[in-house]
Amino acid sequence: MTGLNRLGLVEARDLLRRRAISAVELARACLAAMERGRALNAFITETPERALAMAEAADARLARGEGGLLEGLPIAVKDLFCTAGVRTTAGSRMLANFVPPYESTVTAKLWAEGAVLLGKTNLDEFAMGSSNTTSAFGPVVNPWTPPDVPQPLVPGGSSGGSAAAVAAGLCPAATGTDTGGSIRQPASFCGIVGIKPTYGRCSRWGIVAFASSLDQAGAFARSVADAALLLRAMAGFDPKDGTSADLPVPDWSATRAGQVRGLRIGIPKEYRLDGMPAEIEALWARGAEWLRAQGAEIVEVSLPHTRYALPTYYIVAPAEASSNLARYDGMRYGLRVPGRDLVDTYKKTRAEGFGAEVRRRILIGTYVLSAGYYDAYYLKAQKVRRRIVEDFEAAFAHCDALLTPTAPSAAFRIGEKSDDPVAMYLNDVFTVTVNLAGLPGISVPAGLSTEGLPLGLQVIGRPWDEATLFEIGLALEEAAGFVARPAGAVEV
Amino acid sequence: MSVDRATVARVADLARIAIPEDQLDHLASELSGILAWIEQLAEVDTSGVEPLRSVHPIRRTWRADEVTDGGCREAILANAPEREDGYFVVPRVVE
Repeated sequence: MTGLNRLGLVEARDLLRRRAISAVELARACLAAMERGRALNAFITETPERALAMAEAADARLARGEGGLLEGLPIAVKDLFCTAGVRTTAGSRMLANFVPPYESTVTAKLWAEGAVLLGKTNLDEFAMGSSNTTSAFGPVVNPWTPPDVPQPLVPGGSSGGSAAAVAAGLCPAATGTDTGGSIRQPASFCGIVGIKPTYGRCSRWGIVAFASSLDQAGAFARSVADAALLLRAMAGFDPKDGTSADLPVPDWSATRAGQVRGLRIGIPKEYRLDGMPAEIEALWARGAEWLRAQGAEIVEVSLPHTRYALPTYYIVAPAEASSNLARYDGMRYGLRVPGRDLVDTYKKTRAEGFGAEVRRRILIGTYVLSAGYYDAYYLKAQKVRRRIVEDFEAAFAHCDALLTPTAPSAAFRIGEKSDDPVAMYLNDVFTVTVNLAGLPGISVPAGLSTEGLPLGLQVIGRPWDEATLFEIGLALEEAAGFVARPAGAVEV
Repeated sequence: MSVDRATVARVADLARIAIPEDQLDHLASELSGILAWIEQLAEVDTSGVEPLRSVHPIRRTWRADEVTDGGCREAILANAPEREDGYFVVPRVVE
């Protein structure tokens, strides 16, 4: 059977349960696709032996009529989740040889549900970036890059390898993490679905920490139903993460289309940016029209502090990062570059182990937390952050969910924006507010730009209301009928 | 707030990152640009606003005071840059 690598999770699950295909066949198809797609640089580490062993075990369970939610389904994992015995780099030289002795809670849940690990995907270093160009393992190529262009397109970031791998058909689904847009923006750039659930929905235990009050794990897939299935397996309370929520995980994978009648969808007027490309604005209007046609009511809402979200983020996130990344001192694990004494060893290790963007953010974070500046920057940002949360609370008094573009542009070329950090940061203008407020957000592919590149629409929900996001996501998916395939899609 | 090279050097020292002399000016201008952009927050009236430290109310719960982990010296040392007799080897701290 050919084309197994193009199967979605739900389709493949049904075929596996009927024993029409085997987990080993499915894993082999994905491993072959990964091999053919190596030019994308989507994976830092491939784990073919482990994949086949896990697939064999899944086949044995399926043969006995057993198996979990994801039994036999191959998954790629962002190389920010610790995987026991499998190198976990965070895209950094600092952890280039780090082999965790323990498993992150999210990935442990996946394996407990029968999923098969294909490999660890490339990412911006320590998940800091919007283009996957800060990885110590080289940039990832967006499979939507037209053939014969001199400079490939970025897949977005930071979860660029996961997004590119799913879009190119190297795997049916992948995990990601999202601190300011790192799942939703690459999903938009690569024409796939990406969901970041409510802060606290997935355990952060065993995920290499970037900014702890913002980081959240989530899922990439080629359909809303597949993303719902993967997220369901990832989510749930974990006593090892004090910020994980002790709430039941709903069966989102049971969500059916046609549920948006009577929902009120808010359009935040402050998201209409000056200079926003006309095609983004048109896509947004079309999305609202699709939902209206399916019976939803469209209302304009206001999020007055939107323009302060990015500056707030670029205080909070670097401050937390500078604290979290203090652990990389070259003593117990990771790179060590010997110096003339202890402090010199620290300094040399951290200068060589961290790339330019990570160093820059640590310096910003250290500066805003340093004596004399703490109140002016960090405390101020925490206060504005509350204003941003209050904006959303006020908006959700008038609507059930918000519809926005996911990103202010389609994918750009590798190297573009890299000389201007602030221009790069502006990529996250529509996504970062969601992290600051701890809300769930989903990006659904909704159309193509004039250059033929995918564009996503984002739906933002109330805390813990991923169910409504999936309902609206399905409605958008059905209306958009997005079937375009990237030029770099791999056939096996 | 404009950051000069002396400030960059001081912050880099606090962050324990070695920065070559010839990169200080470039970093100073980059950080100044980012900080100038961040400073628009001063426009927001935040008088009387409680700083937000956690997006969702976290219910603190007690756990039983039981040993649930440990006895895994080999796993802990497995990634050590340098080790000896079951210990980490680190640079001399006290002269």
